Amino acid sequence: MNSASSSTAFLLLLRRDLVLAFRRRAELMNPLLFFVLVTALFPLGIGTSPELLKAVGQGVIWVAALLASLLSLESVFRSDFEDGSLEQFLLSAHPVTILVLAKVLAHWLVTGLPLLIIVPLLGVLLDLPGDSIKVLMLTLALGTPVLSLIGAIGVALTVGLRRGGMILSLLVLPLYVPVLIFAANAVETAAAGLPITAHLSMLGGLLVLALSLSPLATAAALRVSLS
Amino acid sequence: MISRFFHQLGSPRYFYRFSGRLIPWLAVPCAVLMLAGLYQGLVVAPPDYQQGESYRIMFVHVPSAWMSLFIYIVMAAAGAIALIWHMKLAEVIAISSAHIGASFTFLALITGSIWGKPMWGTWWVWDARLTSELILLFLYLGVIALHNAIDDKRTAARATAILSIVGVVNIPIIHYSVEWWNTLHQGPTVTKFDAPSIDIRMLIPLLLMAVAFKLYYAVVVLMRARCELLERERNTQWVTELVESK
Amino acid sequence: MNEFFHMGGYAFYVWSSYAIALIVLVLNVVVPLRNRRRLLAAIARRARRT
Repeated sequence: MNSASSSTAFLLLLRRDLVLAFRRRAELMNPLLFFVLVTALFPLGIGTSPELLKAVGQGVIWVAALLASLLSLESVFRSDFEDGSLEQFLLSAHPVTILVLAKVLAHWLVTGLPLLIIVPLLGVLLDLPGDSIKVLMLTLALGTPVLSLIGAIGVALTVGLRRGGMILSLLVLPLYVPVLIFAANAVETAAAGLPITAHLSMLGGLLVLALSLSPLATAAALRVSLS
Repeated sequence: MISRFFHQLGSPRYFYRFSGRLIPWLAVPCAVLMLAGLYQGLVVAPPDYQQGESYRIMFVHVPSAWMSLFIYIVMAAAGAIALIWHMKLAEVIAISSAHIGASFTFLALITGSIWGKPMWGTWWVWDARLTSELILLFLYLGVIALHNAIDDKRTAARATAILSIVGVVNIPIIHYSVEWWNTLHQGPTVTKFDAPSIDIRMLIPLLLMAVAFKLYYAVVVLMRARCELLERERNTQWVTELVESK
Repeated sequence: MNEFFHMGGYAFYVWSSYAIALIVLVLNVVVPLRNRRRLLAAIARRARRT
């Protein structure tokens, strides 16, 4: 098996997942709607004074994005597990890590990317300045792939369980802490007019680390879950 | 000779007998050291010039905090052994450690919070160490929840092994991110905890307690592992013989 | 002696910490002991039945 065939497998799986997602596009709206709703709940809960919203807005959007990505996580492997195709992937001649990467990428494209696109709208709702929205999108672009990659490990561990959802959040949320800290701080620092290169390099570092290690752990977890 | 010993130790039956004999040899020094540490810590050690007598909470807080991290690493190492060599013994050590580690983490959090009350004036401060300890507790609870959710014990052991290894990779990242976040958010209140140079009369009880806690962990992890083994092997001949011989 | 229990005014904090520590340490010993007794009893009961 050469590298060319593996990259073909990667692209094929990516296309398949995107096509499948496109056919169920109504379902894709749900996490997005959840994201908007959670964010809209905050002004109702804590009051609508512009200063308050400015102070907590970025953090609220980040936490809401984190929860939305958690909510959509299960779909990475769930349907493939139920119809048995996941087992076929594990039996295929290609490295499982490559297939995992393709699936996570497809999942991020259909659930993570829309979150990014809708952020300016939410920024307006929470009265955030334009610069903050830009930084927010930048951190989300770097951070949400990490969330998907870490989440994939959790999903792979719980995919065989009947009520995996609750346990999934228990497993995954503590591991999300560093991403949330660096991202939310980047936005806060930028709002204070300070440079945020350090934060962004940290997030980039986390992304590289997650990209290299998470597929290995996910592949191992899938083997355990399907054994 | 040594490899044969380890090979035998891998057999549940031998381990059950061997650990049963080992436990008293660990429990007695543990009790002696703990009593000595308590005496030294509560009676001999002088009051702190800044914190008065309240610093004596340190003698349970700091060893539990050390243990919470140490046990997580042991758990991940046992998990790795279980994944690679499919050793039943490593599997039971890993899950037994999870419960004990969670209890030490809980203890470190509670005593830290009680210590914080007279020092900071509130029960909880988002201090770097308390925050990372809290996240560590969640990591432990995640491991336990995953283990409970999977019916087949061997699959459960392998799944939790993967999770604890992922956790071990993440712990330094979590720790440094929290520390960094903390220095941005509040001043150096944290330094109240680490005295620049510690009096020898305070260091001795701290070390005594630390060693006693390590021995204590060894005792209870063996006790728990024995139970787990009995439950898993309840249908085997050696367990039946063991029960009948009583 | 009284002074020792008073802990320079921090008695509540110090002694509650130590009490909680004691409870946690004792529970960790008692739980496996109880489990083991129950388990052995259950296995013995089943062995007698068969």
